[in-house]
Amino acid sequence: MPEEIIRAEGLSRYFGKAVLAVDNVSFGVFQGEIFGFLGPNGAGKTTTINMLTTVLKPTTGSARICGFNVLKQAREVRSCISVVPQEYTADEDLTGYENIMLCASLYSIPKNVAKQRADELLHLLALESASGRRVETYSGGMRRRLELASGLINRPHVLFLDEPTLGLDMQTRAAVWGYIRLLKEQYGMTLFMTTHYLEEADSLCDRVGIIDRGKLIKLGSPAELRAALGGDVMEIEIEDKGTDISEMLSELPKVQVVGKDGNKYRLKLTDGEEVAVEVIGSIHNHGHKVLRMSLTKPTLGDAYLELTGREMRDEQEGADQSWKRRLTMRRARG
Amino acid sequence: MNLSVPSQNVFHGLGALTNRELKKWYKDPFALFMSIIQPVLWIGLFGKAMNIGGLFPGASAMMQQVFGTTDYFSFMAVGMFSFVVVFTTMFSGMSFVWDRRLGFLNKVLSTPVSRTTIIVSKMCAAVIRATSQALVVLLIALALGLRFGPGFHPINLLGVLAVLFLMAGGLSSLFITIAIRTTRWETHMAVMNLLNLPLIFASNALFPIQAMPGWLQVIARANPVSYATEASRQLLLYPADAHKILTDFIFLGVFALVFITAGIVLSWRYLTR
Repeated sequence: MPEEIIRAEGLSRYFGKAVLAVDNVSFGVFQGEIFGFLGPNGAGKTTTINMLTTVLKPTTGSARICGFNVLKQAREVRSCISVVPQEYTADEDLTGYENIMLCASLYSIPKNVAKQRADELLHLLALESASGRRVETYSGGMRRRLELASGLINRPHVLFLDEPTLGLDMQTRAAVWGYIRLLKEQYGMTLFMTTHYLEEADSLCDRVGIIDRGKLIKLGSPAELRAALGGDVMEIEIEDKGTDISEMLSELPKVQVVGKDGNKYRLKLTDGEEVAVEVIGSIHNHGHKVLRMSLTKPTLGDAYLELTGREMRDEQEGADQSWKRRLTMRRARG
Repeated sequence: MNLSVPSQNVFHGLGALTNRELKKWYKDPFALFMSIIQPVLWIGLFGKAMNIGGLFPGASAMMQQVFGTTDYFSFMAVGMFSFVVVFTTMFSGMSFVWDRRLGFLNKVLSTPVSRTTIIVSKMCAAVIRATSQALVVLLIALALGLRFGPGFHPINLLGVLAVLFLMAGGLSSLFITIAIRTTRWETHMAVMNLLNLPLIFASNALFPIQAMPGWLQVIARANPVSYATEASRQLLLYPADAHKILTDFIFLGVFALVFITAGIVLSWRYLTR
């Protein structure tokens, strides 16, 4: 079992007396994994990050990062983590290089070491040619890469990414995902990220926690979350001979007949790909001919909607948070 | 896992954060130009147009009694130092609100930089900026005809520098303290607009306190801007009265100390919410 580098116990946070933004959340993150919080806007993802990164105090509960308590050893926690916030925090009036060096001095990294790391990071994130330009002139993708570079200057053990691809176009998002995977592989870094993009959680995260209305409702690998829905759906159409093969299908292992319409059958399978082949084989062996078939795997989206419900979330977010989100999305396009 | 945390002094990152603030000003020629042009206009237009000495020719004895000098332009130009300091330090609170709003503050809060350093860097930047702008105003005023008093000695300039430091330190701390919990810059702007008018006009920066109605005199005598202006005038224009200068320095020192302390203490309490 790998070591837990983050351990949160019963984290809760109230804003004022009425708003419970995070509600008794407990989880562990293993060293070297990409762990994602998936949830709608205002679910409590950023509040959780703020508590883990010592920016907000939990109302109750606590957490340990790299063995340090976020409340009692805040300074130690801060020196082994780094945050890439949802907002673009780089100073618009400074150049990319100056921004990275500013971050370096916040971690008291000696100048010569910082210079060497900055060059390395600018190269890694393909920002070398733009490093002398003011950040004002950067595109959304360049800003996001600069935020990543700044966040990596202290070689953090845990990197927190809050909505790392918010507002970016698909090409840039794919590139950012590539960098995130690279960080995990090249530096063995642990990454804690939040997102409300399902495909992002699905393709990047080793484990995903689904959070909604401040509560952590499900935690597991994307495959486990999909499997929890009860497997894949197979639809087949056989040559019409007037016989009902439902009973024969039901007797097959890992197969459940959930619907029949004339000579069309709807089945639920576990381990869809392998079982589907066996299903078609048995139908043939019983002297029937399969005309058409389709196999649909549930998406993480299906799992997500099943767990969080379908109603829209209009009023969960505070005004300040939603202003910041809109600003980030505007800048991402710029 | 074995992690060694590098030992850091309380003020690490102070230089970098202060420089970040200042770069916005000194690397932007337009901002630099604009920050100097305003006091120049005030000195030029207000100081020269309000030629009070010229309005009442032959009233120099009265001028001397009311303004402490026969030269209203010099009187007003020294008052302009305070004006510049008030308007420059006002922005230290504003940049704090923006840092919070744009997420930079949260980013810095998650680094090992101490809360005290974050506040002190804002104060340092404001003090450096305000003091240097006030010194530019002094040079311009000299060029436009400011005349030092009979008791002036170049060493007095160091005294003026100290006055500017204390006033800028106290005022920037006051404005930052107000900004520390504010999330909307509109709110902060409204508070600033409410404060800067009385700070300037309910003081001796433009007109002597004796000429004000009684109730206004009470406010003006509690206003740190009055003490800073009075001290600068004593050092530059009047036959420096050591007793008055000492009183002014004590008041300014206490004012700066109280608000710098308040800013730092509140930063411990309110920066981690």
